[in-house]
Amino acid sequence: MSAGTMVKTGTLDKVDLKTLISVTADTIAAHAEELTALDQAIGDGDHGLNMKRGFEAVRAEADTFATKPLPDALKAIGTKLVMTVGGASGPLFGTLFMALGKEISAEPDRANLTAAFGKAIEAVAARGKSQVGQKTMLDVLQPVHDALLQGKTGLEITDAADNAAAATVPMKALRGRASFLGDRSIGHMDAGGRSVALLVRAVAETIEGQA
Amino acid sequence: MSNVGIVIVSHSPLVAEGTADMVRQMVGDEVPLAWCGGNGHGGLGTNVEAIMAAIDKAWSEAGVAILVDLGGAETNSEMAVEMIGEPRAHKIIVCNAPIVEGAVMAATEASGGASLREVVATAHELSPS
Repeated sequence: MSAGTMVKTGTLDKVDLKTLISVTADTIAAHAEELTALDQAIGDGDHGLNMKRGFEAVRAEADTFATKPLPDALKAIGTKLVMTVGGASGPLFGTLFMALGKEISAEPDRANLTAAFGKAIEAVAARGKSQVGQKTMLDVLQPVHDALLQGKTGLEITDAADNAAAATVPMKALRGRASFLGDRSIGHMDAGGRSVALLVRAVAETIEGQA
Repeated sequence: MSNVGIVIVSHSPLVAEGTADMVRQMVGDEVPLAWCGGNGHGGLGTNVEAIMAAIDKAWSEAGVAILVDLGGAETNSEMAVEMIGEPRAHKIIVCNAPIVEGAVMAATEASGGASLREVVATAHELSPS
């Protein structure tokens, strides 16, 4: 099967959730210092460590999560992130997974995944009282959703996420701690957006690899 | 206790505890009061589990007003309220007010037997918007 076909047309049910958990935790751990450095520039500098703590906590219970149907597993992962990440990222990333779990079916096709992802983004926006264009994780989530809608391949979706994260650099922060800096927030990548791009890459590559 | 409870949530345990001391000086034991601060791992930050525990500790059937400092404290407090769920969630309000002044003013209002709505309104009067 060619790269991207799985993401484009297929389902997630062939993908081993334990592997997905492991790969995402590996990615966050490998980039924890980079994420912290991004957050130190325009935030409170705890993003990398917080995300690493949360994803390691999820990894520690991967066996339990993997026995659950996908919706329940995602909800449980979201709850675990809420309880362990700390900082505003906990509720925001936790809400992303919890809402995804609430909307997704046990064996999602592309349409269901896309719709569920859209609802999850709405939930994150409500949780953070934010919207696209404010230099937040939403500025990466939304382009990923657009790429899903447009039937893009996993590789194209990953590129869209990376480009969107890079596009936060010239933006002025209007939400979160970075907004205190006003114009001085310009010129730095949003750490939450970078985390989303890293997670998207890990998930897309894993799904394609197992297709 | 029938008076509205007050919960103080700061990124710093020192700020939270100090604010609670100032509240106690005003209202003594007439108001259920709890505070939490820190990320649960020795660093600055806020923690949903600790906030839920503080709400439990300060619980009153008249409701609970939460005073927060920076954004993450607000987001985590709102998450905690959602996780506590009904029938209690609608009796818990995260205030938009400066943490120290808001806590002292809200607690003073609460000590007189004011409703949750009155307590929260008193705190909100301190905010410019």
